[in-house]
Amino acid sequence: MTSAPAILPERGIADRLTAIFWRHPRLLLFVLLTPPLLWLGVVYLGSLLALLLQSFYSIDDFSGVVKEEFTLKTYAELFRAQNLDIILRTLLMSAAVTIGCAIIAFPIAYFAARFARGRWKAVFYLGVMLPLWSSYLVKVYAWKLILAKEGIITWAAEGVGLSMILNAILAIPGIGGNSLSTSPMGTFIVFVYVWLPYMILPMQASLERVPNSMLEASADLGASKAQTFRTVILPLAMPGMIAGSIFTFSLTMGDYIIPQIVGTSARFIGLAVYQLQGTAGNIPLAAAFAVVPIIIMLIYLTIAKRKGAFDAL
Amino acid sequence: MHSDRASLGLKIAAVGGLLFLHLPILLIFLYAFTTEDKSYQFPPPGLTTQWFGVAWNREDIWPPLYLSLSVATIATFIAMILGTLVSAAMARTSFFGREQISLLIILPIALPGVITGMSLRSAFSIMDIPFSTWTIILGHATFCIVIVYNNAVARFRRLSGGILEASADLGANSFQTFRYVLLPNLGTALLAGGMLAFALSFDEVIVTTFTAGQQSTLPIWMLQELVRPRQRPVTNVVAIVVFTATFIPILIAYYLTRSGSETAGAGK
Repeated sequence: MTSAPAILPERGIADRLTAIFWRHPRLLLFVLLTPPLLWLGVVYLGSLLALLLQSFYSIDDFSGVVKEEFTLKTYAELFRAQNLDIILRTLLMSAAVTIGCAIIAFPIAYFAARFARGRWKAVFYLGVMLPLWSSYLVKVYAWKLILAKEGIITWAAEGVGLSMILNAILAIPGIGGNSLSTSPMGTFIVFVYVWLPYMILPMQASLERVPNSMLEASADLGASKAQTFRTVILPLAMPGMIAGSIFTFSLTMGDYIIPQIVGTSARFIGLAVYQLQGTAGNIPLAAAFAVVPIIIMLIYLTIAKRKGAFDAL
Repeated sequence: MHSDRASLGLKIAAVGGLLFLHLPILLIFLYAFTTEDKSYQFPPPGLTTQWFGVAWNREDIWPPLYLSLSVATIATFIAMILGTLVSAAMARTSFFGREQISLLIILPIALPGVITGMSLRSAFSIMDIPFSTWTIILGHATFCIVIVYNNAVARFRRLSGGILEASADLGANSFQTFRYVLLPNLGTALLAGGMLAFALSFDEVIVTTFTAGQQSTLPIWMLQELVRPRQRPVTNVVAIVVFTATFIPILIAYYLTRSGSETAGAGK
């Protein structure tokens, strides 16, 4: 029998630490998690708490100074007619954008999931990923050019003799306006464009999981294409659609750049928050406004979770 | 009846949808060359390259560009360290509070930017922290962590646990395993995550408007031009710069992770 040890001799501090980590895996976990959790806990959760705290402060009507005392006065202000208008308008726009995105996204997601193969699969993947990641501001700017009164849409409408229709759409009260770039219709189009990829990706993921055999079974049982679509594909695509709607709804609700650049000057929640904290200097009311989307999203997420949307993410 | 070929209508709708996603961006490139500088007239009355020179000589563009680059670099660096740490912890082990931590990481990007921005603004206001480059970085790094995390954790999951055990069996300590086994395997995923985080930070405007104070990043400069246009063609040129600065990292990230999926899965 040789007496060579089965365990190598220690070569220094690194080996000793390795041994400690091996014996206490929780310690390694603790070391790994402490810096990121400290950052997220202090910077992010701390800020969210600060937001909540601010929303319970109020602003002195005469001096304009923030009074650091607990009050529900600021939340009561949210229920003024003009502020309720802002919340309602934001909700309506978010819902409309979500539906618009779902309609345009479905054929893209369906084709990419079921029919695209090889090279086309890559084209569709990149084709959705690139607009998703590319500069938000540049995309919004591009639409300012497109929707302008002297822009490409007016030019194209004149070119094919459809100016009448364009003007008829712009004349509709409520969604029309002087030109597309100053109408609620324009705001809607830009929102749909910017958030569309967020709807396509989860939708495609859920459609890819629909087994072919189910479609065949449906056909074997005598269902028409439309029936298969309505009773098999659509219900199975639903979790993906709800997952996508979380993004489109939440992103529309919080955005304040798009309504500022394209559309009427009617305010949305995001714009109200931005103006209140900036020029108006009313941080408590801005904070209270920012709490509204959080509460709506929490309700939305609870419903989505029940419908199984998180498995599609 | 179910057939395996897409109908013509579906094809048109799908390809039309893709074109809808891409054509508007192309228009930016055309407008950078237009001779018209008072309106967004289409078609452009003439084409010129003079605006690139004009933009180059504009002194108010360079400081925002430097600021954007330095913020994106530092924020990406912080996010890469924190994101790698948290993905290493979350990849294999299950522990109490794991679900809550994953929610905490995703929250900064799941909630609308205006909430993150307003939260930071409230915190700075309560603690009397003056706005600076570091307040911008603080916000950016927070929402970039999730990008690095997503890329790294996916690679960690595909990585076979066997190679880590083999490394230990061959006498390597944790640090050597990290340096010689883990890092080469994670490399491209981390780089891809870093690229995406850089692109996201370089382009970010919503959170930044709440945390920048008087300073301007390039997107904030652009936003001001959009709200109150001064020299439209210069804005078009800057738009191309911003687009390219985000587009190239995204493309690199795509190619990095595409080839990585084959090699990294080899352990299984």
